[in-house]
Amino acid sequence: MKETPLSNCERRFLLRAIEEKKRLDGRQTYDYRNIKISFGTDYGCCIVELGKTRVLGQVSCELVAPKLNRATEGILFFNLELSQMAAPSFEPGRQSDLLVKLNRLLERCLRNSKCIDTESLCVVAGEKVWQIRVDLHLLNHDGNIIDAASIAAIVALCHFRRPDVSVQGEEVTLYTPEERDPVALSIHHMPICVSFAFFQQGTYLLVDPNEREERVMDGLLVIAMNKHREICTIQSSGGIMLLKDQVLRCSKIAGVKVAEITELIQKALENDQKVRKEGGKFGFAESIANQRITTFKMEKAPIDTSDVEEKAEEIIAEAEPPSEVVSKPVLWTSGTAQIGEGVENSWGDLEDSEKDEDEGGSDEAVILDKMKMDTGVEVSDIGSQDAPIVLSDSEEEEMIILEPDKNPKKISTQTSAKQEKAPIKKPVKRRKKKRTAN
Amino acid sequence: MAGLELLSDQGYRVDGRRAGELRKIQARMGVFAQADGSAYIEQGNTKALAVVYGPHEIRGSRSRALPDRALVNCQYSSATFSTGERKRRPHGDRKSCEMGLQLRQTFEAAILTQLHPRSQIDIYVQVLQADGGTYAACVNAATLAVLDAGIPMRDFVCACSAGFVDGTALADLSHVEEAAGGPQLALALLPASGQIALLEMDARLHEDHLEWVLEAAAQAARDVHTLLDRVVRQHVHEASILLGD
Repeated sequence: MKETPLSNCERRFLLRAIEEKKRLDGRQTYDYRNIKISFGTDYGCCIVELGKTRVLGQVSCELVAPKLNRATEGILFFNLELSQMAAPSFEPGRQSDLLVKLNRLLERCLRNSKCIDTESLCVVAGEKVWQIRVDLHLLNHDGNIIDAASIAAIVALCHFRRPDVSVQGEEVTLYTPEERDPVALSIHHMPICVSFAFFQQGTYLLVDPNEREERVMDGLLVIAMNKHREICTIQSSGGIMLLKDQVLRCSKIAGVKVAEITELIQKALENDQKVRKEGGKFGFAESIANQRITTFKMEKAPIDTSDVEEKAEEIIAEAEPPSEVVSKPVLWTSGTAQIGEGVENSWGDLEDSEKDEDEGGSDEAVILDKMKMDTGVEVSDIGSQDAPIVLSDSEEEEMIILEPDKNPKKISTQTSAKQEKAPIKKPVKRRKKKRTAN
Repeated sequence: MAGLELLSDQGYRVDGRRAGELRKIQARMGVFAQADGSAYIEQGNTKALAVVYGPHEIRGSRSRALPDRALVNCQYSSATFSTGERKRRPHGDRKSCEMGLQLRQTFEAAILTQLHPRSQIDIYVQVLQADGGTYAACVNAATLAVLDAGIPMRDFVCACSAGFVDGTALADLSHVEEAAGGPQLALALLPASGQIALLEMDARLHEDHLEWVLEAAAQAARDVHTLLDRVVRQHVHEASILLGD
């Protein structure tokens, strides 16, 4: 399905709100949405929710032969998939640009920064090494996929335990989890991506844009840092022009945010560790019970309503009173009346009848259910009018409008205006077009 | 390579340059007669070729046409013989796609696309030898090719890479310096206004050092601009002589 385009009013509204430093969900410019981390039963499985954006991360490992030019290092493989359930516009084969961008960014952030010690993944040099595979699936897209994905990846890696291996001479023994406890990976640091969205040619900037804000942004700057304030990756995308001091400012903000998020991750990991050790229930099933991963919950946002009354009164006082519309029913005959002028009818388009080209083009609108149709009554006062008489082969009966104070006129649905009414009515453009097409 | 000194005590790098020194840049414009614009650049041992076709009508699906500006389509390809070990997939792999996207982003910002609505500008870049700083060489070559094609741009787009070793920022990294695993920054700049069209950084760099590396890359990009400007003027001078002005 193609992405529904954003309407101009919505775009303008969002940009105006951003200019006034207001965001749709009430956050401040540098605020993140709520981050929730839940773990599965297996080691290495987690779901990260950043607001409504949800990413599932799963780590798995396998013993393989190493790459020829890196004989003593393990292999790390990252894969982010945009599931079709995440957004209606994600279809297999249609997402390549976004997918390439996200995957490359994740790879650079996690692999090039050497957050995992690959040498420790080596079992037998040149023959057997661990291949660690991180699979990320985007389950719901509400903006800022990259942040959520990077958190999910690093949390899954921290949570993962690989089977223990021992090497005795030529023999390699792989222990199952029952025989020996699985071993955690050695992680040097936790790089986390922070996204900055730029608006109005770089004048305004927001942290953690949600899906609507992403649609109207000019460009995105992603800075990946760890809690030691080392920058792991910077990537600017979307064709924005940045200035050096903007980049430096963003890196400072990123430092603060990353420290907060790292703390949160540590706490979540510790909690899960505690629960598993104490023998409590853990895993996604547990989270389903208290509705943590199956529902979206909107927390109550505190809104200041103290001055709502005054503001409302102000608005009402300043607003103009609505224009008075007095409905004047016109009595045609006993039992029929007309209020208003009605809408254009389209009988003429369907029947494709001859029309007088000299007509002013304005066709009378008739509210059929309000007019009484008198069949077979001829009216002789046509000469008193200036309106041209059109002979049409319409099946519509001739209608008589009897005005209490004027002579009765003959009106057929095909004719154009009574001249009195012509200036009031605007000519209908589409009927004119239809005529020229004929 | 353990033990390789990237910056000696006297301040010399592996190839004898100083910290802020660029490699030798040689460039030619108008190397192909068939294309609307073409250019060839050598930055040290990195050799890149860029070809521009356009602006022309949108090929393929008309639905991709933008009603108010031109579509910029970039493709990056690096020859199989360009690196030390033979590459098996010259294009279509993720890295090439990403490079293509980044080039497109850079040039969409720089080319005045509003002047050519509903048309397409193709930029094809081929790397013949990769010795570090491939993104920068591609951007510089593409700038010259776009200028050769006569497509109006806001300003030159000059790019350069930078790194950080032993407390000093290095400009214009070679392959040896890149492979050592230190932080690398690639920057594409519009020199007149100092605006950054693209910023990309890999590997760990402490936040406090970011400013020095950015500054080194920006200065190097401005130096590249001086050189490219000279190349363009030389080319125009030669062309006008041939036309008999």
